Amino acid sequence: MRDIIFEALKGHNADYIEVRVEESQATRIVYRGGRLEEMGRTSAVGGNVRALVNGGWGFASFNNLDRLREKVAVVISQARLLGRETSKLCFTGPIVDVVVPEVKKSPAEVPLVLKKQLLDEYNDIVMSTPKVRSCQINYQDSQRKLLFANSEGSYIEQTKLDINLRLAAVAASDGEVQQAGLSLGSPGDFSVVEGLQEKVRETARRAVRLLSAPYAKGGEYTVVLDPILAGVFVHEAFGHLSEADHVYENQKLQEIMVLGRRFGSKELNIVDGAAVPGLRGSYKYDDEGVPATKTYLIREGILVSRLHSRETAAKMGEQLTGNARAISYIYPPIVRMTNTYIEPGGVSFEDMISDIKEGVYAREWYGGTTSLEMFTFSAGEAYTIRNGKLAELLRPVVLSGNVFTTLMNIEAIGNDLEMEQGGGCGKGDQWPLPVSNGSPHIRVSRCLVGGKH
Amino acid sequence: MEEVLEKAREVAEQAEVFQMVSMAMPVYFHANRLKQVEDRESTVTALRIVKGGKAGFAQASGFIRPADLVQMAVETCRFDVPEGFSFPAKVDPVQVETFDPEVDGVPIEDMAGLGQSLIDAVRSHTPELLCDALVAKRVISVHLINSNGGEASYRKSYFRISIDGMLVRGEDMLFVGDSQSSCRRLTDFKSVVNEVIRQLELAKRNASIKTRTMPVVFTAYGVASCLLPSLVAAFNGKIVYDGSSPLKDRLGEQVFDARFNLWDDATISFQPRSYPCDDEGVSGQRTTLVERGVVLHFLYDLHTAALSGSRSTGNGSRQGGLPAPHPSSLVIGEGDSDFWDMVRDIKEGLVVELVMGAEQGNVLNGDFSGNVLLGYKVEDGEIVGRVKNTMVSGNVYQVLNQIEGIGKERRWVEGALLTPCLYCGGLPVATKEG
Repeated sequence: MRDIIFEALKGHNADYIEVRVEESQATRIVYRGGRLEEMGRTSAVGGNVRALVNGGWGFASFNNLDRLREKVAVVISQARLLGRETSKLCFTGPIVDVVVPEVKKSPAEVPLVLKKQLLDEYNDIVMSTPKVRSCQINYQDSQRKLLFANSEGSYIEQTKLDINLRLAAVAASDGEVQQAGLSLGSPGDFSVVEGLQEKVRETARRAVRLLSAPYAKGGEYTVVLDPILAGVFVHEAFGHLSEADHVYENQKLQEIMVLGRRFGSKELNIVDGAAVPGLRGSYKYDDEGVPATKTYLIREGILVSRLHSRETAAKMGEQLTGNARAISYIYPPIVRMTNTYIEPGGVSFEDMISDIKEGVYAREWYGGTTSLEMFTFSAGEAYTIRNGKLAELLRPVVLSGNVFTTLMNIEAIGNDLEMEQGGGCGKGDQWPLPVSNGSPHIRVSRCLVGGKH
Repeated sequence: MEEVLEKAREVAEQAEVFQMVSMAMPVYFHANRLKQVEDRESTVTALRIVKGGKAGFAQASGFIRPADLVQMAVETCRFDVPEGFSFPAKVDPVQVETFDPEVDGVPIEDMAGLGQSLIDAVRSHTPELLCDALVAKRVISVHLINSNGGEASYRKSYFRISIDGMLVRGEDMLFVGDSQSSCRRLTDFKSVVNEVIRQLELAKRNASIKTRTMPVVFTAYGVASCLLPSLVAAFNGKIVYDGSSPLKDRLGEQVFDARFNLWDDATISFQPRSYPCDDEGVSGQRTTLVERGVVLHFLYDLHTAALSGSRSTGNGSRQGGLPAPHPSSLVIGEGDSDFWDMVRDIKEGLVVELVMGAEQGNVLNGDFSGNVLLGYKVEDGEIVGRVKNTMVSGNVYQVLNQIEGIGKERRWVEGALLTPCLYCGGLPVATKEG
């Protein structure tokens, strides 16, 4: 394949060309309503070509890998139709490498029947909890073998593994339906989804407890977020705005996202990086063949860098960070997060809540989304904090903030960093991309909470 | 395909092969300029078998040897097949137009020209608006055969234009946008331009609002972003069968306001969600979900219908795996109120256009809560400006039971929902003060 790809790349008149080829296998197991509902295997073989001519990009993806050279020529001609300026791109020089993942317990070596046995057990735990109506489990493992080559002479082979387990318990009574979820993942270690019996039991009980919980009263509160939800918070509140493709051709946004601007207190440090090892967003090279890095986005409260592709880094005159990712060969790489987290500080959870008169402790997650300026993130459960102590359980709450004020309002950063690995990030058509988010407990003042009156 | 079916029949009692070939070409504009053209070709082949009362499933994108696909399906043959489940022996496609031969041939240059004219038209109203736009065409051909002799094939074309505009003033960001999609080639983008200009006009000024309960008018986009996710879940036959839908056991009951009507319709000509038959070969149909507030039906695929002792409503849809119930086009019946009359009726309230995060709460229970990304404050019967830092919350079952008015005009949202605006009683609105 290597020779065919290089042959296809040779002698064209383009500013840059790259070819990716992918072979993947996945296994999916789904439970619904307490029954095994689907077990399936999928496979894919495909590739793509991307070319840059005079600032215009052409891209084609296909299943049939024949006549690659002709495909390259067509993509170049389409790019030429669009190009109206000088191409700007950061180059890395040729990189030749073969990356084999370090795997502790590969899901491929676990027989399907054992996977089913494990999930049957979790399903039974949930379904045997009184008042639980339904259990939903989505398990997926995948292996992708990726070849990357470009007109600079790079040739990189990488194999990526991914495991994702999501479980939701649904409790119902008197026409009320409540749910609680558990989500986990790993870049290839099946043992991460084993031995979860206690956690699964607790998840089911949590769904039942929520049935009798009151709604929160809407308004502004001092909130304390657990590491899971704070991870979603940092992803939505700041991660997406750090993606340079939102900024690089937007003069006004560049003015307000200028490097050196203060976004938080001196204690606030936010990092993204695929070079942080062993997490679902970890890799050695991104899908443009750029080496992964660990990037401080905010250091001591100051915006110090952002996430880049080859093009955004060149256009903004900033360092490459290796954040161009594609969910599969069907799509071109775009700027994405990898492993995003707030670095730990020194405050214990007890100290964090001790002087809060009336506040909200929000835990676990449903989801989150952003418009860049505004963002929302939703908790799986919440508690009232009253006079420095955790009080009654509340229904799940949706919290909302504004990037320019909410990060400033982080008043305390805990000492207990944890990474959440069950999520999938969406951007454009590309969802769910394996990422991880994390944080210690954090305390945020004047956070807007949706709810009743 | 025939070879896959033949090999599968050697080892299984029932088998079904589904194949979809897709050719898509989106042309993207970024920051007001033409940026990228993509040409995506894909072939997906899916095999479902029933062997010894258990079902198995395998799917391949791109090349796979038929024997390998069959082997993959056999390995996964472990989940129960409900009694009475069988693939349709005869496919009786409904007459609905879903293919426009012109779409495939639209040249890139024309798509690029259309996108640029759209951006120029919107920016002639607000020159400082920074726009991302998309003009896309796609043609798919679907072919399905099963071991009971059922066979179906059809072609479908799509054409879509969309625009998202961003206006940055200091640290204040405003997002506006609209889209239009059809199975036919689109050349006229006037309605998209008018919609974006309408949003820009109404959002010209910012207005502040207080935390309290107030009346809300949901525009078509507001209905789609706040109310739709819970309704889609609640009428999904699978969620009903699980017991996770609040509508379980409520067929025939008055659950919503007597003026509320909702149906699913796969038979509207040239709508992107229409089809002659679904992904299992069951003919597309119109299914009444709510009539005069009474719950009449849920949406089913073959598997869920067999479990529930019901019939498939032709809503079996493959979203990367086995077919599952999924709406085609959802339609909410129109009322007799004028949008501006609704606004004039409000002393202090909110017009909700786009809500962010509303689908990320407890959708199953009908709860929604999100940040009003685009919404306007109403004061003494007039829209006075755009609200910010504001959250609206509620429960679909309460909201659709306290309807004050239903709009007499309807519009499509994302080619998936045709809806009027809805004027509802008191909803809790929370806002950042000061």
